[in-house]
Amino acid sequence: MNPELSFFVEVVVGGLLSGVMYALVAIGFVLIYKTSGVLNFAQGAMVLFAALTFVSLVEWGLPFPAALIATLAVMVVVGLAVERAVLRPLVNQPPITLFMATLGVAYVIEGAAQLVWGTQVHGLDLGIDDTPLEFGGVLVSRFDLFAAAVAGLMVALLTLFFRYTRTGLAFRAVADDPLAALSIGLRLPRIWSAVWIASGIVALVAGLLWGARLGVQFSLSLVVLKALPVLVLGGFDSIAGAIVAGLIVGAAEKLAEVYLGPFIGGGIEGWIAYVAALALLLIRPSGLLGQRSVERA
Amino acid sequence: MSTALDLPAKPRDLSGPVGIALLLALAFGLVPLTASDYLFEAILTPFLALALAGLGLNLLTGYAGLLSLGSSAFMAVGAYAAFNLSLRVPGLPLPVSILGAGLVAAAAGLVAGLPSLRLKGFYLAVSTLAAQFFVAWALNRIGWLSNDSPSGVINAPRLVVAGQSFEDARGRYLFSLAIVSFLTFATGRLVNSPTGRNLVAIRDSEVAARIVGVKVARTKLLAFALSCFIVGIAGVLWAFAYLRTVEPAGFNLDRSFQILFIVIIGGLGTLRGAFLGAGFIVVLPLVLSRLGAALLGDSFDSGTLEMVQRIVLGALIVIVLIREPAGLSALLHRTARRLRLSA
Repeated sequence: MNPELSFFVEVVVGGLLSGVMYALVAIGFVLIYKTSGVLNFAQGAMVLFAALTFVSLVEWGLPFPAALIATLAVMVVVGLAVERAVLRPLVNQPPITLFMATLGVAYVIEGAAQLVWGTQVHGLDLGIDDTPLEFGGVLVSRFDLFAAAVAGLMVALLTLFFRYTRTGLAFRAVADDPLAALSIGLRLPRIWSAVWIASGIVALVAGLLWGARLGVQFSLSLVVLKALPVLVLGGFDSIAGAIVAGLIVGAAEKLAEVYLGPFIGGGIEGWIAYVAALALLLIRPSGLLGQRSVERA
Repeated sequence: MSTALDLPAKPRDLSGPVGIALLLALAFGLVPLTASDYLFEAILTPFLALALAGLGLNLLTGYAGLLSLGSSAFMAVGAYAAFNLSLRVPGLPLPVSILGAGLVAAAAGLVAGLPSLRLKGFYLAVSTLAAQFFVAWALNRIGWLSNDSPSGVINAPRLVVAGQSFEDARGRYLFSLAIVSFLTFATGRLVNSPTGRNLVAIRDSEVAARIVGVKVARTKLLAFALSCFIVGIAGVLWAFAYLRTVEPAGFNLDRSFQILFIVIIGGLGTLRGAFLGAGFIVVLPLVLSRLGAALLGDSFDSGTLEMVQRIVLGALIVIVLIREPAGLSALLHRTARRLRLSA
């Protein structure tokens, strides 16, 4: 392969792999939005909280699996608490109010995480060495491959769960039509609790992978800003959409940074994803794979 | 399913002309005579700037039902536009450069509003983040906009109107107050005009609005332009009258959320909501830090205090939303009615 082309492939592959990481955060949003129509801005804070808890427990001397289980338990409690204390009293409020409430929750979780565990930056080593692998002249980060594999596994598990378990079926029923779901006896509060737990677990996985990459610190909660264009593009209610959009956004971002950056100045990754998502949305307003909702316009 | 942005019904306005005259007399007459410099600089001036920003966003979100998460970007556009107009057009009177800044912000809003023709609800909200991040990037990258100052910091020009200086704390308060009063009055007229009713019609039902002949696309863009005009001027006040020295990082996403919060906590679709919300959001952190200092003394470092404040603020947001989802305006309305009934 000539060097030009292999560099291009390298950029695209790197972008695709970081796109998987974006998708990972986006899935946490999708789970909650799909079943309760809440755009949960606290997802980033949950990612931070999970990573910070895990790192601090490991630094305390807990073995890796024990820390993982303990963090998992904490995330379940956090998810349940948020659902019970904040979302349930706000049932039937307009989406914008719910969104604002999750913003308040984000403040609380961020503040609590840093109050309990401190504000310093922690390193997180998952034991995956980051020597690049070479495929026919293209260098690929081993860690990114691992992260992509984990994300892929999680999506596969979620898909199986949604397709083949009763709870998954109930999730889909609620997403489809909450009233109909209620009338056939599905217990909405229980499903909402379950979904908040699930998104807490997704936040944990995302927190570990992102934390290993960036270091565990406050800026980890800003990964939501990376996930939002992915969500808009993929549709707020589609897990598959989140993955596809994550890949697109990741690749577009890297390509723009490398090939467009030199012309208009660096640092464009902050907004280029949004612009790319918008450009695509002008063609398909409900996102790539989002349900085309019949909205009273 | 209902629309993505169902809004609470507008409570009936009970602030009559007498009440408004009384308020104005208080704000223009009594307050400047009695208040201290601290009150002007730490509370009243930022309150006015944020209330104005809230008023602008309320026009868009409360009246037209279009959610924006990029308000502070338009504040930044206004502030930097006013800075450049004063800098590059020698002898331009201050009111003209402020007006110009509003128009520049309105133009930016028009562009940022284009996605609203295709997108709704949260999709639109997230798309306004593009403006948020693009503006921050542009102000940092394009040196010309901040006259090549390092990291884009700008200093306010002298606040002089027709030879009268508004440089001291009281002057800057009065300067802000005059602009805010005028724009609030104008907005009040606007929302009761056919144009204002068109905005509400689009919020409540786009199809119905279209059927009765509202030009939906044009009205949506108009809502963005009008809203950003006001928000831009709020940015000028924030930069020139309150902070005096600003950098692009001051107009970040947190500021945008703050303004959205002002609107929601104050009451969507009400004029006074912006003022109630701004009062809440300006006074609360001051009270919290005073309270924290009084309760905890020096035993905690400022970092801890900051975290505690963040937690309390977040919790209060949630509590207010749960207790009073229609905002402080609805609370005021209810209280007033109860008082009237018992009287």
